[in-house]
Amino acid sequence: MNINSSNNQHPQLTGAEILWATLAGEGVTTVFGYPGGAILPIYDALRKFPTVHHILTRHEQGASHMADGYARASGRVGVCMATSGPGATNLVTGLATAMLDSIPMIAITGQVSSKVLGSDAFQEVDITGITLPVTKHNYLVTRAEDIAPTVRKAFQVAQQGRPGPVLIDITKDAQQATAAFSFEDAAPAPHRDHPMLRAESTSIQQAIELILNAKRPVILAGHGIAQSGAEAEVLAFAERRQVPVASTLLGLGSFPVHHPLALGMMGMHGESWVNHAIQQSDLLLAFGMRFDDRVTGNLAHYAPNAKKIHIEIDPSEISKNVRADVALIGDLKTILSTLLPLIPASNDASWISEVNAMKGDAAVRDIINLPDNGHLYAAHVIHDIWREAVAAGRERETIIVTDVGQHQMWEAQYFKHDAPRSLVTSGGLGTMGFALPAAIGAKVACPTKDVWVIAGDGGFQMTASELSTIMQESLPINIAVINNGFLGMVRQWQEAFYDKNYSASPILSPNFVMLAGAHGIEGSHVSERKNVTPTVTKARTGGKPFLINFQVEKEDGVYPMIAPGAALHEMVRRPQHDPLLETAEDE
Amino acid sequence: MLHTFVALVEDKPGVLTRVASLFRRLNINIVSLTVGESERPETSRMTIVCEAPDHAAHRIKASLYKLEITIDVDEMGRSEAVIRELCLIKIAAGPSHPNGQQSRSQIFELANVFRARVVDLAPESIMLEMTGSSSKIEGLIQVVTESGYTILEVSRTGRMAMRRGMHTSRVLKALGTPGADTTPTNAFVRPPNPEPLGDDILPNQFDDVHEEEE
Ligand SMILES: Cc1ncc(C[n+]2csc(CCOP(=O)(O)OP(=O)(O)O)c2C)c(N)n1
Repeated sequence: MNINSSNNQHPQLTGAEILWATLAGEGVTTVFGYPGGAILPIYDALRKFPTVHHILTRHEQGASHMADGYARASGRVGVCMATSGPGATNLVTGLATAMLDSIPMIAITGQVSSKVLGSDAFQEVDITGITLPVTKHNYLVTRAEDIAPTVRKAFQVAQQGRPGPVLIDITKDAQQATAAFSFEDAAPAPHRDHPMLRAESTSIQQAIELILNAKRPVILAGHGIAQSGAEAEVLAFAERRQVPVASTLLGLGSFPVHHPLALGMMGMHGESWVNHAIQQSDLLLAFGMRFDDRVTGNLAHYAPNAKKIHIEIDPSEISKNVRADVALIGDLKTILSTLLPLIPASNDASWISEVNAMKGDAAVRDIINLPDNGHLYAAHVIHDIWREAVAAGRERETIIVTDVGQHQMWEAQYFKHDAPRSLVTSGGLGTMGFALPAAIGAKVACPTKDVWVIAGDGGFQMTASELSTIMQESLPINIAVINNGFLGMVRQWQEAFYDKNYSASPILSPNFVMLAGAHGIEGSHVSERKNVTPTVTKARTGGKPFLINFQVEKEDGVYPMIAPGAALHEMVRRPQHDPLLETAEDE
Repeated sequence: MLHTFVALVEDKPGVLTRVASLFRRLNINIVSLTVGESERPETSRMTIVCEAPDHAAHRIKASLYKLEITIDVDEMGRSEAVIRELCLIKIAAGPSHPNGQQSRSQIFELANVFRARVVDLAPESIMLEMTGSSSKIEGLIQVVTESGYTILEVSRTGRMAMRRGMHTSRVLKALGTPGADTTPTNAFVRPPNPEPLGDDILPNQFDDVHEEEE
């Protein structure tokens, strides 16, 4: 639709048309959604906007995770859409997932007519009320003329400061009414920074002093690095001071794992040397991370001898869990750019050699060298998927989208993420069912990348209906189901803390290859290690969606593990009789 | 401890819910919350009193600022402020009261001592209006009760707070004085080159948006 007006007269459009025109103006090319009565005017107007592609999902939760995956993979705002009532409530899990991981996302919902608001009309639900705590902000729009300014403001809110999801609820009469439309006139006032964002004028001097005096510094690399685009600055900082870098789950990929200063993932399932380095550190440099309980262990014993410098865009995160000695509040890239020229280089490699010595002959190498003894382990599968990508020179062109559970932790341990935004995973909320729809979003955002879903047999079944979406959209996504016949992570906790009482954790699954087949998707069963790599190659190079059902060891565990309430260095190691032994040096 | 925040917020439907929802999420009990129009168009000023640990103040303030509808937040913790509360008290008093006809004059006297005003006189009840600090209001209620009177109803506004003296926050300064024809400058543009750091800033302390004017 041509929305340019030749003279000063702004065109009169319906609210529905204004919505699409504004989305298109904001650069939106894909919307994930599901229609219904209260949003039909918007769907009716869609055909006039050929630059916007609508992807019909099989469930609104899928739409929300797709928009989320799109945003995580690309850094652009993801957009999803649903009708009022049940359509809108189905978005809630996806909004909460995006909220906890600070993902810029816009959700648009239809709402009953403004005249009947509050009357329990058919499919009326107070979605702005329901989503209040799981959105960064939300809006109820009842007039056509408010649509363009609200949508433009929402894009600003979703992206500025600490990003997050924004929901816009538009009544049906606002969609149908007409108003003058001008994209330019609808521009929001300049973004207001959080008034407590004053990093530049606070504490930089103290930070420099701490950095220069530190003998055992560790960088804690968080999601904020990717959000801020500060990968180069973090690398420069680490190299200048020879600071080892430990990553949070969402920080993986922001610091190249092959770099000599890269330690890997910290926290509950982090490798021993990573957590030991943190515990022995005298200065933690927290870059865009929030000291989640999964990375600190028992707070009372967390890095007891370390000063903490916290660089963070959200002032409410400062000293929330771990007291910061110096807080630098603001955009990470800007702050590091300010700090870097003020810090002299250091060649002192003694601390990093000490940390490297702790690595010993550790878990990862054991798995690489493990003989093929007939058992298939999830760690093998993930390691081989990574090695196959490396062999093909595609490791930087691969996005892994995981679900939640044991496989997610094994992925974080054994897939070596070198490239930013190469891991898409639900960290804060830990949402099972996330992987398949989020992968659809990631593939749409990055069509030239190889996108792998790695999901457990439990989580995969939560949103498996989106297989049908993959086919409708012809998306060549590869799916690895790590099938252990259990809700594995639950089983592991029951093994460790509930006396092996496997209550409700064994799970029966359909034949996933046949399920894929029913959707027209090719698939294979793999239960021996020797078949992993060839099948992975076949899936990756086929140019079509492909599902592999990896039948793995049923009662495998993720190690090391920090039990809830234990300190970060009090790791539970893999039992010694286990074929996936970590060597003694790893202790 | 009790924390008192004064927030300037947009005057729109749902704003109160957003503020209340924040405290609910943080699992912090609101002791009182008063809200009304402010000196600026389309904005309300709220005084929120809550019970929370000492160290929670900055997080509450930082979280309040995260709400899109929040324009300015001031914490009354360390500043000189006037804090007032309005209270209406209805007391049973009349010919059938044990003190009989005496009761009215006795209540008038008590009211006088506390500088409360009589705002309604009915055959069997008296209504007093009182403004003051919370402790003064509680004092009056206690004395009335101890004198043998039955309190029928109490309605309190909760605390309202305002800093003493010429004080304006950076944010409000930038928005300009309402009514004055100064062009508001943009509060939120930070200087391109960060000024060198003063050593008066302690680690882990937030710059207060609110500065006392000398
Ligand atoms: C929606 C949702 N429900 C429940 C959980 C709790 N939970 C966390 S991990 C897990 C087990 C996952 O099992 P599976 O998908 O088979 O993966 P595995 O752990 O075996 O790799 C469960 C139930 C969750 N994270 N999300």
